[in-house]
Order: sequence, then C-alpha cells, then structure tokens
Amino acid sequence: MKDIYKILEERILVLDGAMGTMLQRHKFTEEDFRGERFKDWPTPVQGNNDLLSITQPEAIKEVHRLYFAAGADIVETNTFSGTTIAMADYEMEELVYELNYQSAKIAKEVANEFTKKEPHKPRFVAGSIGPTNRTASMSPDVNDPGYRAVTFNGLKIAYKQQVEALIDGGSDILLVETVFDTLNAKAALFAIEEVKDEKGIDIPIMVSGTITDASGRTLSGQTAEAFLISVAHIPMLTVGFNCALGANQLTPHLEVLAQKAAFGVSAHPNAGLPNAFGEYDETPEQMASQIKEYLDKSLVNIIGGCCGTTPEHIKAIADMAKEYKPRRVEVTI
Amino acid sequence: MANNITKRYLKLSGLEPLIVTPETNFINVGERTNVAGSRKFLRLVKEEKFDEALDIARHQVEGGAQIIDINMDDGLIDGKEAMVRFLNLIMAEPDIARVPIMIDSSKWDIIEAGLQVVQGKCVVNSISLKEGEEEFMAHAKKIKRYGAAVIVMAFDEVGQADNYERRLEISKRSYDVLVDKVGFPPEDIIFDLNIFPVATGMDEHRKNAIDFIEATRWVRENLPHCSVSGGVSNVSFSFRGNNPVREAMHSVFLYHAIKAGMNMGIVNPAMLEVYDDIPKDLLEHVEDVILDRRDDATERLLDFAESVVGTSKEKTVDLSWREEPLQDRITRALVKGIDQYIVEDVEEARQSADKPIEVIEGNLMIGMNVVGDLFGSGKMFLPQVVKSARVMKKAVAHLLPYIEEEKKKNPKSSNGSDSAGKVLMATVKGDVHDIGKNIVSVVLGCNNYEIVDLGVMVPPEKIIQTAIDEQVDIIGLSGLITPSLDEMVYLAKEMERKNFSVPLLIGGATTSKAHTAVKIDPQYKNAVVHVNDASRAVTVVGDLLNKRSNQKYVGDLKEDYQKFREGFLKRTKKKEYLTIEQARDNKYKIDWSSSEISKPNRLGVHVISEFDIKSLEPYIDWSPFFRSWDLHGKYPAILTDKVVGEQATSLFNDAKELLNRVFEEKLLGAKAVYGLFEANTVNDDDIEVLSEEGKQTFRTLRQQLKKYQGKPNFALSDFVAPKDSGKQDYIGCFCVTTGFGTKELAEAFEADLDDYNSIMIKALADRLAEAFAEYLHQKVRKEDWGYANEETLSNESLIKEEYKGIRPAPGYPACPDHLEKQTIWELLDVKERIGVELTESLAMWPAASVSGYYFGNKEARYFGLGKIKEDQVKDFAERKGIDFEYAKKWLNPNLSE
Repeated sequence: MKDIYKILEERILVLDGAMGTMLQRHKFTEEDFRGERFKDWPTPVQGNNDLLSITQPEAIKEVHRLYFAAGADIVETNTFSGTTIAMADYEMEELVYELNYQSAKIAKEVANEFTKKEPHKPRFVAGSIGPTNRTASMSPDVNDPGYRAVTFNGLKIAYKQQVEALIDGGSDILLVETVFDTLNAKAALFAIEEVKDEKGIDIPIMVSGTITDASGRTLSGQTAEAFLISVAHIPMLTVGFNCALGANQLTPHLEVLAQKAAFGVSAHPNAGLPNAFGEYDETPEQMASQIKEYLDKSLVNIIGGCCGTTPEHIKAIADMAKEYKPRRVEVTI
Repeated sequence: MANNITKRYLKLSGLEPLIVTPETNFINVGERTNVAGSRKFLRLVKEEKFDEALDIARHQVEGGAQIIDINMDDGLIDGKEAMVRFLNLIMAEPDIARVPIMIDSSKWDIIEAGLQVVQGKCVVNSISLKEGEEEFMAHAKKIKRYGAAVIVMAFDEVGQADNYERRLEISKRSYDVLVDKVGFPPEDIIFDLNIFPVATGMDEHRKNAIDFIEATRWVRENLPHCSVSGGVSNVSFSFRGNNPVREAMHSVFLYHAIKAGMNMGIVNPAMLEVYDDIPKDLLEHVEDVILDRRDDATERLLDFAESVVGTSKEKTVDLSWREEPLQDRITRALVKGIDQYIVEDVEEARQSADKPIEVIEGNLMIGMNVVGDLFGSGKMFLPQVVKSARVMKKAVAHLLPYIEEEKKKNPKSSNGSDSAGKVLMATVKGDVHDIGKNIVSVVLGCNNYEIVDLGVMVPPEKIIQTAIDEQVDIIGLSGLITPSLDEMVYLAKEMERKNFSVPLLIGGATTSKAHTAVKIDPQYKNAVVHVNDASRAVTVVGDLLNKRSNQKYVGDLKEDYQKFREGFLKRTKKKEYLTIEQARDNKYKIDWSSSEISKPNRLGVHVISEFDIKSLEPYIDWSPFFRSWDLHGKYPAILTDKVVGEQATSLFNDAKELLNRVFEEKLLGAKAVYGLFEANTVNDDDIEVLSEEGKQTFRTLRQQLKKYQGKPNFALSDFVAPKDSGKQDYIGCFCVTTGFGTKELAEAFEADLDDYNSIMIKALADRLAEAFAEYLHQKVRKEDWGYANEETLSNESLIKEEYKGIRPAPGYPACPDHLEKQTIWELLDVKERIGVELTESLAMWPAASVSGYYFGNKEARYFGLGKIKEDQVKDFAERKGIDFEYAKKWLNPNLSE
C-alpha cells in the first residue's frame, strides 16, 4: 500500500464522521449492548459504545462501510473509551485489549474490502485514542487543587495497553483525539513512543486537540499555539482540532496550526454547535460550505467530522475536498 | 509556490506560548521559587505554607518573569514530593501557569516527577556529562520523549568548565552527542556556561565574567540554534549586602553577555538596575571588574562600594487597586482569584453591614456575578473560576463565626444562615462527565452548603431514594452528553410522581434554558432551574432556599420558564417549515377503525339562561386572580407566603367578601349557550358540522414547523373522524359569560371612588367565566355528550385538565385565529340567545366570557400552532372564501417571516 505520507502530499484525505450519532439510530437497549456474552454482567453497560464492537460488530462495520462509501479515506476505530481508566465505569478493564483489538480488526476488514474494490484509493484505519474521563493536570476537587485523580504513569500504562491492541488489530494510524488536557495526550504519546521502541515499528500519529469554548482554550487552559508546542516533540502525521466547536468556530484556531505547525493539519469539527436539545442540526450543505473556507485558505491536510456528522456530511465534504490541493506542509530549517 | 518555512526557534509553553527568536528580548527566568536561592521560599515549603509559596511564584510572573525556575533540592525536604505538590498547585493558578516552567534539580527522579505533572513544554535544569555519556544520553532521550527543552551545564567527567577553553570543549561535545546521537532538536538545547563570581580577591576569578561572555559568543556562533543561559546573581556574590553595587554589576554583566548572545537567564528583576541609570563613576568601576580591564579593578570597586549609599529599589507589583472602593476590591479579588487581602476586605465590609450574612449576599455575590458574566462570555476560563471559588470560600470562612454568633444572639431571625442547606449532586445515568458537577459542588460547598455528591452514572432510583433519606433541600443534575437530557426529563417526572417539592437544578454542557423550559419544567410542578455556570449556582440556590422570598422567586421562575417556553415554541428553533401539503401528510393519525366515538345524548343547541353562579365557587382557579394583582405564587400556598402572604390573604378576604355579595345579591348574570353536532373532517383541515340550520365548516390551522422524526403536525381537525373513514363523529362548541352586570357594578364602585373594588369585580368576573367554562365542560362530558359519565375529578385535577377531551378556544395557542369565533356565533346564534357580542376586533363583550370548541376524542390534546407559512394562509383564505390580505391580517402574529 502506498505510504500515507506520500498520499497526503497529493491530496486532502477525508476522515470519517461521528460513530456515536450513527449508533444512536439503532436505539440499542441494555440487552443489545450486553449481547449473549455479557448478559449477566454486574454493571449496566448501556452507553458503552466501545463494547458494541464485540456485541454488535455488524452495526459497527456497517458504520465504517457507510463512511468509506461516502468517500472517507480513513475511518476511526470504535475505541474512543478503550482504556482501563474509561472502562472502569463499566468494570470492563479486563476487556480493554480485546475491545481495541476487535475494533481495529473489524475496521481493517472493511477497509480492505474497499481498498480491494478501489485500489487507486486505499483506505486506512486510525486507532482512536480518547482522552479518558480524567484529567492529569486538573484537580476534580477544588478544595484540594493539588490533587490529581490520575497520574501520568497511570495514563501511560493504560494507553500503552490500548495502543498495543490497536496496532495488533491492524490500525494503520494512531489518532490521539479530543485532547482536552494536554498532559493526558503527552502520556498517550509517551506510551506510543515506548510501544514503537518495543515493537521496533513506526506508525503515523495524528494528534487532535479540543478547544472547549469561547475562551479559545483547551479545557486545561492552553491556547492553540501552546497546545501545538506542547505536543510537537513527537513526529506527527498531522496535528489538528476536533469536537466541541462547529467548523466556523474552529477556523481561527486552525489558522494558528496551519501557520505554525511543521506537520500536516487535520480538523474534524462537530456539525455546528448543539441546539437547545443537544442535537447537532447543521446540514451537510451548511457544514460543507463552512469547510470550504478551510479549503480556500488551504488550512488542512485531513478533514472529517465529529459529533453529529453523518455519512451525508462526509460525502458533502469529500466531494468538495476532491477539488482542492492539500495544505503544503512546512519545512523546518 | 513558496514553501512555508518554519525556523528552528526555541518554543516553550505554559498555558500560553513562549517563542525565543533573535528578535525576542532577553528571556527572564524567575528565581525566587528556588529553595537554594530564597530562604523565605525554603521556609514556606518546609512549613508546607504552599499558599504563600504560590504568592512568590505569582509575584515573579507579575513582576515580569517569562519562565519560572522551581527548585526543591534541600536535605530537609522530600524534594520529589514537594516538586510534584508545588507544580500541581501552580497548574491550578492560571495567572502563574501561563508561563513555562523550568524544573530545576540535580536529582533525575525529581526532574522526571516534575515532567510528569506539567502539560506545557518545560525546560529541564539541568543535565550534563558529569556522570558520563551514557547517563547523559539516557536522560536526554527521556526529556525528548516528555517534550521538554534542556539546560546543559558546562560540566563533564573531569569537572566544571571554569575557563574559556573548557566551556567551548564541553559545550561542543555535549551538543554533538545530543544532536547526532540522541536526535535532540538543537533549538531545544540551552547551555549554562557557568557564571562565577568576580571581584573575589583571587586572581583566578578575574576572568570569570569575561570568559563566560566570550564563550557565549563562540557557542552562539558555532553551535546552531541553541541558546545560552545562566544564573546572573552569582557574578556579584562577593558584594552581598551592597545591593546598589550588585544591581549595577548584574546590569553591566547582562548588557555585555546579551550582546554576546546570552538570550536567557535567571535574574531577580528587583535586583537589576537599568544600565543607563547607573551613575557614570559606578559604571566605570563595575565594567572594569566585569570586563577585567584593570589589574586593580577589584580593589577600586571595593573602595568605591563603601561610598555607595542608597537603598535597593525593590520593585513591587502594582497594588494601586488596593486604593479603590471596597466593593471594587472585593470584586477584583474574586475575579483575579487573589485571596491575600480578602479577609481584611471582608472584615471591613462586615463592620459596615447590619448583619454578617449581608456581606455574602451583597458584596461577595456582586463579585461572583461578575465572575459568572466573564466566564459566560469566555473572558475567564475554568481554572480561574475555580480560583474565584476559593477566594469566596476564604471570605465565607471568615464570616461564619460572626454569622453563628448572630444566630445565637437572635435565634428567631430567619435571616441568619441556617447552615445554608443540603444539596444533592449527581451526573445522571449513562453519563460519566463530572467536571462541571464537581465545580458546582465545590462552589456551593464554599458557600456553606452541605453537598451530597452521588458521583456519575447515577440511576434515577438512587437519586430519588437518597434525596428522601438525606432530606436534601435541592437536587442538582448534571450531564454532558445528549441522552442525559432525556434522563433529566425522566427524573423530573419521577420527582413529580413521588410528590417531591425540592427544587431541581439542571446543568451541564448540553443543557440549556430552552430545553429546561420546554422539556423539563413542565414535568415538575415545583422549581426547575437551568444553571448555566457554576458561579451562578450560588445565587440561584441562595434564592431558592431563602425562606423569606423563595415562594415569590419560584413563582417568578415558573412564570419566566412558561413565558420562555411559549416564546421558544412560537419562535421555533430552526425555522424550518413544511409546505402545507407536507404538513398534512404528517398529520396526527388516529386509528379511526378502532377509536371509540360516543354519540352525544343531547345533540343540538342548548341554552342556560338562569344559573346560580354560587355553584361555580369550587371551580375557581385562584392563582391567575392573584397574578392579576401582581402577586405571584400558587394558590393556596400564596396565602402563607413569607413576603406576599399577608397581602394575598387580605386580598383574598376582600375578594371573598365581594364574591359573597355577588352571590347573595345576584349581582352578576351568568348565561351559556352550547351545542353538540354531527361532524366529520373533510380535506384534512376542515371540520364539516351539521346543525339543524344546515352545514357550517370550521377551518382549522395546521402546524407547519418541521418536526423531529415521528412527531406529527397537528391541526384540531385531526381529532375528528374524516368523512371517508365512514364513521360519524361529533363536535361541540360553546360560549359562557358571567359578565352581565360587571360594567354597572364597576361604574358604581368608581363613582364611589372605590377603584379597588372596581378592579376586583372585573377580576372576579373573569375568574367566574373561566370557572363556568370548566363547570360546563364537565357537565357536557358527563351528561350532554355523556362520554365521561363516570368521571370524578377534584377541582385541582380539573384545573390541570386531567380529563378526556379538550376545549380549545379561538385566539389561544391551538387555534389562534379569532375569525373562527364568527363561525361559532353563527352556529350557536350566540348573540341572539345569550347576548354576548363580538366586537370589531372579535373580542367578546361582556369581557368576562369564554368561547370554544369541544373535542371528545380521548386522543385530542392541546398544542400550540406555532408559526405558519404564507402558503397555508393562502389556502386558508381560499377555503374560507375570504380575501388573502384579510386572512393575512388576522393570522399575522402566527405568520413566520
């Protein structure tokens, strides 16, 4: 398969859209989440979307298929919460390796189907590595601002397990995403570097932060540029932003990256901001028209969608991205 | 097309970036948070007075330090523990954490522990070849992986570089190992070329400064991209105690070293004279020493130093804000998170307040509201708000003893703090996000509320049970993901079902006032409040639990949400509309093959012209009566309300008195006309009605707002069987009045200059008309139509419309077109039969009248039409056979733009 770094110089690659939004359509019940295998699991598991890779693999594959068919070059594995830390809520720490391995495996199967059909447009699998539900540089207890609910080493160990399984399952890329606390991401990157060393391999890394609100900062308080500087010690395929904001609101922060990053730049914004009912109602056309600005300004190398985006959104984006050249990656001297 | 080119600059970050370019001025590293360099800092760390230790860090940043150096190397403290603790605390102080951190230790395990708690790109201070290449490389590799820059000391296996040649030798070797063998980015290397004291009296020290300066020049010219740093105060070590001389020495040294390429250094800005301000003679003597220009330079400077008098110019942070008025100071302290002066300011406020609690409710709340506004508009971010909460806590802690004392002195006062109250906090089932919830918990905790925190993924049963067991005063729900919204709605329903009365707070990223107003508030008869940020929570909870005024507050709140809800539904969220044809395709579909249709017992038109209105008394809904007098609250609770109760009771007594007079003297005439007819829907939106006089048609309007999947677009016609279903269906309509006599009575009162009773009689007549409508509807359901002859409902249930069937009134949300009143008037011959007339603007006269339709199907429901489009108006006009512009005029309020 052609080197993704090379392909990235030639065209803008398209990442998939939301997994959760697509799964919500199934309205899976507690029983569906459990399947036969976990029918006696002691804790409620409804909402543990990652588990569906094991209990409802066809539904997950179908989502991947829809995104590839819509024109995505890369799909993300269904592993956003696939760490022992995030799985602790469901007492499923033991299953972490299997969850990640299976998720990568089924995504890769679907990717291979498409690559076989369309060899000129190889499809890739990005192992999705979420932020976990704890912050390494913020205290959950304001009476004790020095307290931390998770340590760097704790995160590193958890991420390492996820990373190994994602690689073993066949991920082509690792995507550290929705970074709201940069220290969490640094632990993930540290873990990846260790796994790379131990396995003697290299694998492209994408890092995607999250600007949480109008302050223009990450949850842990960093500006876009401070975030970039804090992760730039790792050779990355791309650095970018996703989630929390719609395409429009993300533009100024992407411009910072586009200007300053010596890596590719990625973006997978939400389908606008959620409306009063928590729904994302930006239409594919509306979103694509905002993303056109990214393309006109040559801000991105990889573009996709986060919360609320659907295959229709990705199709609208992919159809448009085809017509544009990718942002030229900077050269450091 | 030109390539983008990014230069290899040293880039560091705290919360904000720091990029060192050739154009950047000298980077000033703060040195006071170093136990080796500051005795005060050492003492504070030893005594674990971290708050004050943080102040030192803050002062440095405020004083201009662009990086802060932190060192905990002392035999008497656990350096690793202290480093982690202090760095974690700094991370919670955005005004400090905005700058990058220099982690300073001679012990690798302390350095590594520090690197593991800082999100930004730090500088490690330092590594060297002292223990050999292997360890040097191993550490460098780790540092690279943690993403930090590094200070390399000019030190090797042999020892410290103390002359020009050794500095070059060690720096060159270190650079090559790092760049070539480790792959360390050269721009992330900072050399510390050892600044040693001059003017020590020893000859071998004479060239210490100039060697450093010249070695700096060589390194910057020969080792690409790297930086040079050093601890400047060392150079003046021998002049300890003579600050004017030391300050001059620092300035002179820096002046020359910077020119040579030193671009970073540890300098106490308070110990720095401006180069141009150094007196000429002192300057000359100092330069002689630094640049080693004369053999007797040291002696000459020593002699001269004794004559230099003057005090050091201790540069201080700007404290001018301390001169501002008290409230401004308190607000500033809260906004900036400065807790240093809050106790003295709060004490000042307390002394001028009547009661200590007023300082919380007044001064502090004003400040917290500013915090809330800034946060809401994105001008403050989370950690700062959390800091504000801590200042708040400190202030409250100071006030608490006084509040307690006040309570003891005055035990009956409801004004004193009742130890605030108990608040249950939970992230709802299926959601694991708890940051926001925790912040609210803490902020409330700071304000003396007891928090029962159930954590995340809390099932509704547990919330309900805990609320009961713990007898909490408020329940707060949080959620970040979309499905949480439904959980909150469910919980509100459960609370209602279990007859809860405690207020419900809603918060979290996906929640909104609109969702709360539209989806949650209607589920729960008691208070539901959307709290959009933590700093607002305190005010809201305070208002909810304030026994003096909470009833009014809750009443206002409910009303506000209702208004908001109505406004919101009218406004519609996306303004996406269906065509009228599409809307009809999505109509509400009753399964007519199985739907139960009752034939009325008494078809035709009936009149009630003699009616004893006394029997209406139990049907009166009193709450709107009080509202018409600007007294807000629910009847009967309003009668005992702490604030308005007295007035409400007095008003109520007056009303009863007048009402009795009305009853006794039969001052008001009540009349009604109503009819029940065969009816069927035709062409989707029209209801064809057969009366004895012939055929009439009600034209209904259909919702056109695009609905969520599965939700129909209602029209009233959906509740009547269509003709082609083959089923005979029925409809009713009515007009009641209790208004006859009102005008005369009111005029009589006015003539007596009794405006009070003049208003009173109108308000009562309105209530009686509504009560009459309620009464008549019940009678129709049970007798005339007779489909609900088993119905037994309390007055309260009637007011809540818990019965089967509806009686929408033209001009109200389901059928806002007043025009259809004319059809009712024709059908029932209202004017002839009971004398109620329609004015030019289609208002009823007498005013105390109510008219409407009866729909008997059990699936019939109230709805709001919302906005409609012009295509429906056009269609409506054609159906009704009226002019389009005329129809448009009447429907204008509902027409979407």
